[in-house]
Amino acid sequence: MSTWVLLTITGLGLGAMYFLIASGLSLIYGLMGVLNFAHGAFLTVGAYASWWAQGKLDGIGSIPLRFLLAALVGLAVGALIAVLTELVLIRPLYQRHIEQVLVTVGLGLALTALVAGIWTQTQQVYLTPTWLTETTSVFGAQIPNDRFVEIGAAVAVLLGLLAFFRYTRYGLIVRAGVENRAMVMALGIDVRKAFTLVFAMGGVAAALAGILSGVYFGGIDPARGTHLLIYAFIVVVIGGLGSILGSAAAAVIVGLMQQYANYYASSGIGDIAVILLLAVVLLVRPGGLSGREVAH
Amino acid sequence: MRAWSGRILSVAVPLAVFGFLALVPTFSVDIPRLFDGPLDTPGTLQILALCLLFGGVAMSYDLLFGYTGLLSFGHALYFAIGVYLTAIGLTKWEWSLPKTLLVVAAVGLVAPLVLGAVSLRVGGIAFAMVTLAFAQAGTVLVAKNPDGLTGAEEGVFLNVDPLPEFFIGVFNMKNLYWLTLGYAIVVFVVVRWAVASSPGRVWQAVRENELRVEVLGLRPFSHKLMAFVLASFLATAGGVVYAILIGGATPEVASANFTLSLLIMVVLGGAGMRWGALLGGILYTYLDQRLPALASSEQVQDLPRVFRTPLSEPLFVLGVLFILLVFFLPGGIAGIGRRGRRRGLRALEEAVKPGGARGGVVDEAEAGA
Amino acid sequence: MSASEKTLLRVEDLDVFLGGSHVLQGMSFDVPEGSVTALLGRNGVGKTTTIRAIMGLSARRGRVVFAESDIARERTDRIVRRGVGYVPEDREVFGSLTVDENFRLAERNGSARYDLVYSLFPELRERGGQRAGTLSGGQQQMLAIGRALLNENRLLLIDEPTKGLAPLLVTEVAKALEKAAEITTVLFVEQNLGVVRRLADQVVVLDQGRVVHAGSAKAFLDDPEAVRRYLGVSKAEAA
Repeated sequence: MSTWVLLTITGLGLGAMYFLIASGLSLIYGLMGVLNFAHGAFLTVGAYASWWAQGKLDGIGSIPLRFLLAALVGLAVGALIAVLTELVLIRPLYQRHIEQVLVTVGLGLALTALVAGIWTQTQQVYLTPTWLTETTSVFGAQIPNDRFVEIGAAVAVLLGLLAFFRYTRYGLIVRAGVENRAMVMALGIDVRKAFTLVFAMGGVAAALAGILSGVYFGGIDPARGTHLLIYAFIVVVIGGLGSILGSAAAAVIVGLMQQYANYYASSGIGDIAVILLLAVVLLVRPGGLSGREVAH
Repeated sequence: MRAWSGRILSVAVPLAVFGFLALVPTFSVDIPRLFDGPLDTPGTLQILALCLLFGGVAMSYDLLFGYTGLLSFGHALYFAIGVYLTAIGLTKWEWSLPKTLLVVAAVGLVAPLVLGAVSLRVGGIAFAMVTLAFAQAGTVLVAKNPDGLTGAEEGVFLNVDPLPEFFIGVFNMKNLYWLTLGYAIVVFVVVRWAVASSPGRVWQAVRENELRVEVLGLRPFSHKLMAFVLASFLATAGGVVYAILIGGATPEVASANFTLSLLIMVVLGGAGMRWGALLGGILYTYLDQRLPALASSEQVQDLPRVFRTPLSEPLFVLGVLFILLVFFLPGGIAGIGRRGRRRGLRALEEAVKPGGARGGVVDEAEAGA
Repeated sequence: MSASEKTLLRVEDLDVFLGGSHVLQGMSFDVPEGSVTALLGRNGVGKTTTIRAIMGLSARRGRVVFAESDIARERTDRIVRRGVGYVPEDREVFGSLTVDENFRLAERNGSARYDLVYSLFPELRERGGQRAGTLSGGQQQMLAIGRALLNENRLLLIDEPTKGLAPLLVTEVAKALEKAAEITTVLFVEQNLGVVRRLADQVVVLDQGRVVHAGSAKAFLDDPEAVRRYLGVSKAEAA
């Protein structure tokens, strides 16, 4: 029983990270039609930025404080790199979808290689407040506390997004834009500002996922972003492109499935099971869980 | 008159090009900067052989992507199957060469048939994601190292005993070079013949407008599957040659990055054009092989760190070059001078266009661009 | 409806290519300020394409002058912000948003004329919280027209407002458009000649991407020969 509890919460923690990445991917694709292959690189850059800041802050204040400040730096850098990408690379290629995808492919490769070049492929130790490395007992299982933070972060982001969509004008614009981008323009609204905003939001969420992955795995390495990106893509497709709630549901399913299968069957089976799940979902319901290919 | 001379040229040019390439191992010519040794030395020949090999694999990917408009992110899987199955068969299972080739050929036909039949149930982005996922399954399988067969990180060191004498040993590199040249020629001829055939014309029609093909009563699905199987089989064949060429199997061939490299090769050279993919594959491989050497050269080492570090990473240079390419030369090298973008990439919009029929306002606005 | 001397919209040598075919071939016509102009023609001649070209939704060549400014190179949203309202052929309301949200989205500045819109379409006020995707065809049409009337637009571009509507709804829509015509200039595409007769001052007739006739609406509709030649309909349908 306690193993099951541990697996479940760990699976949710993993799913939380997938969701953070997937939410950005889903929004960017849903609103802009861009498959952002550089999203994993946003994660990596954000993670490394926060790690670098951790180093710079050495000796200042307590560890939790340093961790938080460094995390903020990471988030800011994530947002910055995403905004720059959108303005410099994506916007000039407006409506040329295939070039936009290709450009993100090139950027993803280049950024990841750059990080590897500067800091090598070796995993860097990620500073983590002690409390996060300790465990709490839940139903007899010893759960590492970082899982709660990951799940909490994902829930907070999900609620934040839903509130953004419901209560803000830009949220309204994004919802409408996901459905019919050109008609939004035909109402006199410059959707391109929404594009930049959505990229920024995706960048922050990806950086957050990168920071949390540093805690979860105990360290960061340049391939982290690419590795998680593939599963995030799978989550986005299973959930339904453009649907945040779909991504959330799919992230939970994928995270849990990976944990259960990797443990109860054998290591590595979980990943394959997720892939099979994708195949099955696409065969039965090509629009993903949310039903429509681009919907909210 | 012009058509006749066009046909002569279309045979003469490839003959000349490949004829020239066949003679390369006989040239005792030194090209400084570009290569470390003269053209007939094993080191240089191996680089050239790799260039030709990936040129061939890139052409197989172009069949799928450039001609049929199928944006697959999992083409590397079939190449990896060729590499690993050859290495494992010859080494771990101690098969003879003919038996290995037969088994690889069989798997190379059945695997894409099954996986393609599943993947092609969906189109566009979903198809891209499924192919990515299946390739990822391959990556996982290699890393998992079942029964110690795949060797995980270390790969598989090829047992060369079953191979014919003339492929073994450093001094026979020229024979390996000719083997890869042969592979490239075969792929070139097969792809050219295939796209000119009547199924091939349907593939190109599918790339332009699948709906119209369906309405005409030609079944897109079976045609796409045919293209998928052929392209994958050619990649698997390339995998066999690769395993023999470098003497084993290594995990990068099963990585997601590898398919992305194939994509870059095809776009670099020019998608859907006769010489595009081959050119792109050769150029990309050359840069990938030689950039580290360039990076450790004196000129680069003397540069301040902010320049030296990025330039030492081939993928960084290639990534940036690719971005520049997409902006300024989307038709690729072979597309220079032509209306490059219209040929190569415009048709591929179908593969990534969001949501299909999403309402007249979007589709036409995009079509008019 | 008095037509003023001033030209609000002038289209000159408009060329549009769509997917390889030359859909609009050097179109030219004027829309006087304060008038109601109907764009007529058989199916496929380029009526919708004309509207979309003016809106900047298709790539176009030539001149499009709106209130003395050439908008032929402008982005759609900028054109709209100059005071152009648009009702597309398939309504294109946002199905996943509520009726209220559809209106809110259309608001351009502080002065949204909700009283006007609700007085024309009281049903939309009642159904404010309803998802627009669940509205009937007629209700969606009201919403599409309503949101174009929300702002003080100088020009309304309307594409087949009565398409697919039952006769009772056609009358309602025509009434609403009459009201709209009182306060703004209208350029609309319409197949229903009864509605055209009721609303239009002048007509611009297209054939194969070119303007083949422009002039008084009444004179055109009273000429069965012309109607038959350009629109391919019988006298009875023109009544």
